[in-house]
Amino acid sequence: MLQIASLSVGVSLAATLVAAVFALGGALWIVYGRSRLRYVLLVIFNAGLGLPPVAVGLAVAFTFWRSGPLGMLDILYTPAAMMLAQTIIVTPLFGSLAVIALRAVDPTLRDQLAALGVPARTRLRLLARETAPGILASALAGFGRAVAEVGAAQMTGGNIEGQTRVLTTATMLAVGRGEFSVAFGYVAVLLGIMTIATGAAFVLQRRWQ
Amino acid sequence: MCGWFWTRVRGCSEAPRHEQEHRAKSGRDGAASAWGARAFAFLVAVLLGSTLSASAAGPAVILATTTSTQDTGLLDVLVPAFERASGYQVKTIAVGTGAALAMGERGDADVLLVHAPSAEEAYMAKGRGLARWLVMHNGFIIVGPAGDPAKVAGVGNAVDAFKRIAASGATFISRGDDSGTNSKELEIWRAVGITPQGAWYVKTGSGMADTLHVASQKAAYTLTDDGTFLSQRATLSLVPVLQGVPDLLNVYHVILVKPLPGRVGNLAGGRAFADYVVSPTGQRVIATFGQDKYGRPLFTPDAKPVH
Repeated sequence: MLQIASLSVGVSLAATLVAAVFALGGALWIVYGRSRLRYVLLVIFNAGLGLPPVAVGLAVAFTFWRSGPLGMLDILYTPAAMMLAQTIIVTPLFGSLAVIALRAVDPTLRDQLAALGVPARTRLRLLARETAPGILASALAGFGRAVAEVGAAQMTGGNIEGQTRVLTTATMLAVGRGEFSVAFGYVAVLLGIMTIATGAAFVLQRRWQ
Repeated sequence: MCGWFWTRVRGCSEAPRHEQEHRAKSGRDGAASAWGARAFAFLVAVLLGSTLSASAAGPAVILATTTSTQDTGLLDVLVPAFERASGYQVKTIAVGTGAALAMGERGDADVLLVHAPSAEEAYMAKGRGLARWLVMHNGFIIVGPAGDPAKVAGVGNAVDAFKRIAASGATFISRGDDSGTNSKELEIWRAVGITPQGAWYVKTGSGMADTLHVASQKAAYTLTDDGTFLSQRATLSLVPVLQGVPDLLNVYHVILVKPLPGRVGNLAGGRAFADYVVSPTGQRVIATFGQDKYGRPLFTPDAKPVH
């Protein structure tokens, strides 16, 4: 149980961290960039909100099957493959919400700070502090989506005991075996993890205020 | 605001808020990054640990098999026993027999444990298997609601039983997923001479245990392997209406997949697994499985080479 729960958290947290690079990079470009192409990325992010995990799982599995184009890497049915799929699932949601968080900051604030002669580094730090709670909420939503999805985890991980079994796939297996009380146990742990994550985010947000 | 947490984090005082923040700022950033570093280190450790421990045991063998071997819990006993004996690590992918054979055909699995003899023979005929051994059998059973409205109990074979179910208008639940059980079921319908369709014929597209639960909820008939039924029985309101007749035999074979040139694969590991399940040790594991929990074994071992 502990191993299943820690793998769930580990894979989804890692996926969220990797997704953060793309999501935040993309969101910064969308909000502060000049190129018109950035709206294409915004549309992709927003469309990705409805991306079915099972579709991502199929695409990743297809790529990494031994008969697939990257089969020689032999990473299907490992936590790495699951993390990759979840990164793809999380990035659009994270990015889309991060854009909203960045836009929520008063757009004149940057100019005001510049006009007041605040040094660039301090300016950046102040802006970062201003947006941090919103970004954190985006990350939390992304993590929640990753840790709760089952389709991609099943297809790319294979629900292998001791290796790629996470809370959601373990729940499906327990239901399949008719062990409903075990299934409820997994679900309770999953809800507990989300509660702790939300609580931790809340504490962090309070600190940043 | 001046709880222990805030006192520790920023040194709480009654000073105006912005001033307080200024004072605490450098210390707080330090604390935050230390926490971040620690969380990140933990994460890396967890991920590395899980991938390394996975690769340390030796090259992985991909076993594609049916849901019945997983849902009964047989693999939970058989696979660890093999891993201990051989040093190989097994990645078990539980799908239907049809999907397992497809994985073997594409070279996406090293070894298959399946139960649809006619489909297996077609597979071997395509030259995608190096060898095929008989492993074990149990029986299929026809299960239905307690009252047995179609009056199936007492008929001598599965074909007559299916005839009665179709004639009575009772609901029949089919796996509909190209699994070994599904192909057995379709074989029986072919022998009956009807193509089942209509509102009374429901396809779940799910594994055996899930399908049994659907049948239970709908008070319907279905065909199941007796191992899965026995392991699920406590949560079902279904009773066996026909079992132990010759045309309901459920036979499992292990197939060693022929590797495709230029592809990743683990022929030696696949061979080791196949050898293990038909070896006296592996057969003993199968012979005793289920004895403690269900009072009788769920499978009967009967290994002998077929090809």
